[in-house]
Amino acid sequence: MDSLTAATAESFRLLFSGDAALWVIIFTSFSVSVKAILIAAPFAFLVAFMMAHLRYPGRRVMIAGFSALQSIPAVVVGLTVYLVFSRSGPLGDLKLLFTHTSMVIGQTLLSLPLLVALSHAAFQAADRRVWETSITLGATPSRAFMTLVHEVRFGLTAALIAGFGRIIAEVGCSMMVGGNILGYTRNIPTAIALETTKGEFAQAIALGMVLLTMALILNGLLAFFQGRGVMTS
Amino acid sequence: MKRYFANLLCLPVVLFTALASAGEPALLRMATTTSTENSGLFNVIQPVFEQLLDIRVHVIAVGTGKALELGRRGDVDVVLVHAKAAEEAFVNAGYGVARHEIMYNDFVIVGPPGDPAGVRGMQGAGKALAGIAATSSTFVSRGDDSGTHKKENTLWQQANIRPAGGWYRQVGQGMGKTLQIAGELAGYTLVDRGTWLAYRANSPLQLLVSGGEELLNPYGIIAVSPQRFPDINFAAVQRLIDWFASPEAHALIAGYKVDGEQLFYPVAE
Repeated sequence: MDSLTAATAESFRLLFSGDAALWVIIFTSFSVSVKAILIAAPFAFLVAFMMAHLRYPGRRVMIAGFSALQSIPAVVVGLTVYLVFSRSGPLGDLKLLFTHTSMVIGQTLLSLPLLVALSHAAFQAADRRVWETSITLGATPSRAFMTLVHEVRFGLTAALIAGFGRIIAEVGCSMMVGGNILGYTRNIPTAIALETTKGEFAQAIALGMVLLTMALILNGLLAFFQGRGVMTS
Repeated sequence: MKRYFANLLCLPVVLFTALASAGEPALLRMATTTSTENSGLFNVIQPVFEQLLDIRVHVIAVGTGKALELGRRGDVDVVLVHAKAAEEAFVNAGYGVARHEIMYNDFVIVGPPGDPAGVRGMQGAGKALAGIAATSSTFVSRGDDSGTHKKENTLWQQANIRPAGGWYRQVGQGMGKTLQIAGELAGYTLVDRGTWLAYRANSPLQLLVSGGEELLNPYGIIAVSPQRFPDINFAAVQRLIDWFASPEAHALIAGYKVDGEQLFYPVAE
């Protein structure tokens, strides 16, 4: 019990004394995950819209496929990205392994199925007449798409936050393709994993608190964006 | 800031970063073992050689088996590991240029203060392991193909024992984690002295067996073959290897102490 309280006290000191190494780790985490979500989201929204709006053969297989891919373990995505970008792999010449870029790619892939599945659910619940009315009123397809996105914005926001929550907290993929390099690719989850093995619980707890605080803020934002959180009447 | 914005744009920007970093020091990737990194030695020597040789080193700490695999795939420029037989095989197969022994320390056997197998102070690791096996006392093995795990396997072989059963736990984790698990299970384990010195303050275990030729732990550094992977920065790696043989490096390594005890002994080739 003593060690727990001591480590917690020390972790607060680390956080608020502006420990540079700690903040580099936090910055790495957020910069990688935000980029990944920004890349994945537009693509996911388009695919989800297509699945919800158009009728084409294989559509339902695609929906089931994205749903199933939500449960793919982060380490499997990590292993795949590793093998692809390893110098002996097909894209080895790009020399992307153990860089921020490869971490962004891994997390983009990791968040895609979740984003697609959740935003598909959002589009599916939308009224088809929103699209049809927009087109009838002379809107271009891209303009009509934006109207529809606005219509289902709460669902899409929820998808974004769920996707971000998945990748900001994952350790397997970042460890494998980032390499946990100090001051470069070390992010919050890989640092927690490492500090725990080293018995440095204070830093692990400090980073855990940052993650938890961010989760709280994100969910606060979600609650805010969802308005009053009741059905429209 | 330049780097931040470059990253922001991501994919097309790899080229951009390459151009922007043309004036920066050469970047080397070194795969090394968790025991080397956990010991804290690199915190002392890395800033010195980076400054002196005008290189930047990204250290990737994994088990020896994985470190050599990263070398075989050309994902790193240089490996610094401790498993002599595996290193020589790595060089002989043409993946590495040559093995340079740079330093050594030794392994020790630690265990619970109660010492149910009665191995405290025994001369010879083989006898101690035989005692642990005979009493079926809990032994926690790295089980991760690391240098320490390879050493442990060799010791069991030399003692003519094939460890198996509920008392023999392979955890597949790094050295620090393995020590923690051994502590929680009140079991024995084999650990390199560097990690042990760094962790013993937080561990309920005690050092029970040490000394003897068979427990020596030599560290080697190997440049990954530029014939096999032409984009390896061999010149910079060679400068680094030469530095490890310098009197300055020897003084730094010999002078690195934890709790007043020397962790590594430099080797003059």
